[in-house]
Amino acid sequence: MRLSPDEIIFWQYGFIKLNATISITWVLMIVMGVGSKFITRRISCDMHVSRWQNLLEVVVISIKKQIEDVGLSQSERYMGFLGTLFLFLFTANICTILPFYEPPTSSLSTTAALAICVFVSVPFFGILKQGLCGYLQSYLRPTFIMLPFHVISEFTRTVALAVRLFGNMMSGVMIVAILLTITPFFFPIFMSLLGLLIGTVQAYIFSVLATVFIAAATRGGGE
Amino acid sequence: MLIDWFTVIAQIINFLILVWLLKRYLYTPILKALDVREKKVASQLKDAEKAKSEAQNEKCEFQRKNDDFDKERKNLFAKVSGEAADEQKRLFNEARDEVESFRLKQLESLKSEYRNLNQEIALKTQQEIFAIAKKTLSDLANIKLEDSIAEIFIEQVSNLSGEEKNLLASAIKSSRQVRLQSVFELLPAQRAAIELAVEKKLAIETEFKFETVPELVSGIELIADGYKVSWNIADYISSLEKSVGGLIEKKTKNLTEE
Repeated sequence: MRLSPDEIIFWQYGFIKLNATISITWVLMIVMGVGSKFITRRISCDMHVSRWQNLLEVVVISIKKQIEDVGLSQSERYMGFLGTLFLFLFTANICTILPFYEPPTSSLSTTAALAICVFVSVPFFGILKQGLCGYLQSYLRPTFIMLPFHVISEFTRTVALAVRLFGNMMSGVMIVAILLTITPFFFPIFMSLLGLLIGTVQAYIFSVLATVFIAAATRGGGE
Repeated sequence: MLIDWFTVIAQIINFLILVWLLKRYLYTPILKALDVREKKVASQLKDAEKAKSEAQNEKCEFQRKNDDFDKERKNLFAKVSGEAADEQKRLFNEARDEVESFRLKQLESLKSEYRNLNQEIALKTQQEIFAIAKKTLSDLANIKLEDSIAEIFIEQVSNLSGEEKNLLASAIKSSRQVRLQSVFELLPAQRAAIELAVEKKLAIETEFKFETVPELVSGIELIADGYKVSWNIADYISSLEKSVGGLIEKKTKNLTEE
């Protein structure tokens, strides 16, 4: 049984390889990038806008509002990272409806990569907001005894992020694959719908947790 | 091993590239468009607010002008009404004065007509009475009226009181002439009788000038330097004249009232 799309390798040269995870990610990147470019090519600043522009505006405004609701005041600064995180995960997860599609998020390598990005971005935005000293002091609050716990917390939550997303997405794909072999058509369809729901929820959870971590780091209070 | 580190590194790079792509082609243009639209909406709202404010000012100005116009109209109406009332009063007074003047003129004309008619009637009546009396006396008593009148006049001269006599005498002395007017031509005998009676009464001699005046109707008058001794039948017909005059006056009054 195949647990990850990493195992589907199209081309390999030593350490360098081109597997399904990377390939599908590229396809998603092209679709999202070209789609955005195509829609915003004739962007209108008037009162009347196209339906696709309207859809993108709703998405962007929703993300912006969500970031502000969590507590990040200058939402435009975090928009690129957090918005892309959500949109990539959402697109990758929602595409499971397509036949023969393997979501890159069902690869622990992808979820780990995203978790590492979050792991790096938290101190990056924290230092950007309150300076190096200010950010490092947050590890000593409320007392210096908390320093090891803060450090452990940083690592464990990164691992938790990666494994949570991987576990949910991989299990969804696995369940559908298993059920397809042992049950009639209807039950896997319901499971696919459940998988879509789980994928959407997981994308939301991952993004919101990343936002919360960054918000905590920029406020200097820790998690 | 579930984690392939090359894939991890590749996915990190992929993700960063995707962040750049979406930031360039999605977030920046969309947020920019949203900002522009927000500013445009704000500007339009501001313009609308300004237009509303201007409209409110215009409305206030219009209301004020309307009030002023109403006030002015009322004042003008009151002024014109006053002037019209004055003009009406003036025209009414003018018309009334004209009517009054016309009425007075008409009344004066009627009075004048009345007087003329009265005089004419009196004269005619005197003449008729004189003619009737003359005819009656001649037919019944074979007496001439002229003779009787001359006799009566002579008797009147003879019966003058002392004062009247002195006044007449002094008048004749001053004028040295006596005019004797009669409605008929006096006969020489009658003239002589009258001259004699006057000279006898006054004891003076003077020149007599005899004149025939039809207006006297039936009488004789002696005139000297403004003093006059006369007799005619006018006194006899004065009551008739009064009666006829009263009737005419009544008729005239009725006409005037109408």
